[in-house]
Amino acid sequence: MGLIEVGIAGAKAFAVLMLVLHMSAVLLWVERKGSALIQDRIGANRANIFGVMPVNLGLINTLVADPLKLLTKEDVVPAGADKLLHFLAPFLAVFPVMVTFAAIPFGDQLVIGGHTINLQVAGLDIGILYVLAMSSLAVYGVVLGGWASNSRWALLGAIRGSAQMISYEIAMGLALIGAVMTFGTLDMQAIARAQGHHFFGLIPAWGVFYQPLAFLVFLIAGIAETKRVPFDLPEGESELISGYFTEYSGMKQAAFMLSDFAESVVVAGLATTLFFGAWQVPLLFRDGFHLPGGAIVALPHLAVVGLQIASFTVKVFALCVFQILVRWTLPRYRYDQVMDLGWKYLLPLALANMLVTGIVIVLLG
Amino acid sequence: MGAALFLLVAALTVVAALGVILHPNPVKSALFLVVTLFLLAAVFVLLEAHMIAALQIIVYAGAIMVLFLFVIMLLNLRNDDPERGRRRYVLRGLAWIGGVALAIELALLVRGASVGSAGSAPAGYGGAAAVARSLYTDFLLPFELTSILLLAAVVGAVVLAQKQRRPTLS
Repeated sequence: MGLIEVGIAGAKAFAVLMLVLHMSAVLLWVERKGSALIQDRIGANRANIFGVMPVNLGLINTLVADPLKLLTKEDVVPAGADKLLHFLAPFLAVFPVMVTFAAIPFGDQLVIGGHTINLQVAGLDIGILYVLAMSSLAVYGVVLGGWASNSRWALLGAIRGSAQMISYEIAMGLALIGAVMTFGTLDMQAIARAQGHHFFGLIPAWGVFYQPLAFLVFLIAGIAETKRVPFDLPEGESELISGYFTEYSGMKQAAFMLSDFAESVVVAGLATTLFFGAWQVPLLFRDGFHLPGGAIVALPHLAVVGLQIASFTVKVFALCVFQILVRWTLPRYRYDQVMDLGWKYLLPLALANMLVTGIVIVLLG
Repeated sequence: MGAALFLLVAALTVVAALGVILHPNPVKSALFLVVTLFLLAAVFVLLEAHMIAALQIIVYAGAIMVLFLFVIMLLNLRNDDPERGRRRYVLRGLAWIGGVALAIELALLVRGASVGSAGSAPAGYGGAAAVARSLYTDFLLPFELTSILLLAAVVGAVVLAQKQRRPTLS
């Protein structure tokens, strides 16, 4: 592997990491202002730089003032806590979420100066299994954070969280199997390419049209995996203070919050890749737009790639905003309802979806 | 490069495995087992068995070990040794005998084995398609039997976990 290839791989990894981190930060702002809009409040607005800014943008508050505040706060470790595990837990919460994005393609191939760059950090032939493996490791941050804190609230939150995450992982995996059966591959770039044709030359053949039920189950299970309302039982601030990260302060608490938002981005990224055509733009092919009726609007290669990356980003962002809307619309479930929904409704639905998909595939030969 | 990486991962795996049996705290011991299983997955990746590596993490590191931790946390096990008195020494003696017997067996096996170069794996080896093909052709019967066994276990667990119905007067 030459120096250039290493550089390209590094640049891709860096770009994707930045995408997830910035998307999380912007989402935090969207959530604050969006929830204010939904609840008829003003929201975060008390921030200005030495009083010289012409308008008070809540954006500065969320993106600059808040992280500075968190960074400079005292880091409290409760008495009787397991110091090593208490320190390690926030890292274990953030790491699996960040590396999950490595398998998600954010564009087709980019050809520059004789180099063909696959716009995906890691072109794995078992991409979806990799994603499931990494997301299954995300439980440890929750479990250890709660246990190591030596606090009843934290431990209760951790126990709720681990049970919930294991339960919904199963429904999520089975929903993904339905989609995988349709496309016949686990490679996420291949799945993205398979969604490139159109019905009647007009409607893009996205996964959601083949697998609407799988999408529904995946989205619900995905929201449950991110532990956000209506599935925020592990945090449940009216019962458990803030659940598994009650005993965390400063940047470590921020790491748990970041992992929550980054998980939303990952769920949106997966849903985009499998059900909304990944980086595909409707009617856009490698040489430009193919309009119905045979007309072709030719576009240069760089413009096509740029449109693809923009398309992927917009779709992921839209799905993230949808999750925020869900969060501020629904009330919290009761714990037995969470378990019932996962095991008695989503799991059988996903299994039935698999069965029907299998039968259709066999009948179509 | 490949050999150095393998040796590093293998050494770390052994260290983590030693941690499992030597650490007095049950939670830490279980965590060492998680690390061991994760590193085993890394060994599988180095052997081109990507599919097995992913399944190893999903099933063992990600699901089964979480349940282990869950139970340990619920029972609130701390550093105390459950076995005390004479019984403890008897158990220790038996463990030593078993361990030494295993070590001798392993030594005999290694002496008898011939270590040659395995050659490079064919393209697609260890991928989803290759594993699925051998699983559903050569090993179909064991595969299906295992699934029936697992189904029986699931049904059994559900029956055991059911709420106790009050005995009815008859």
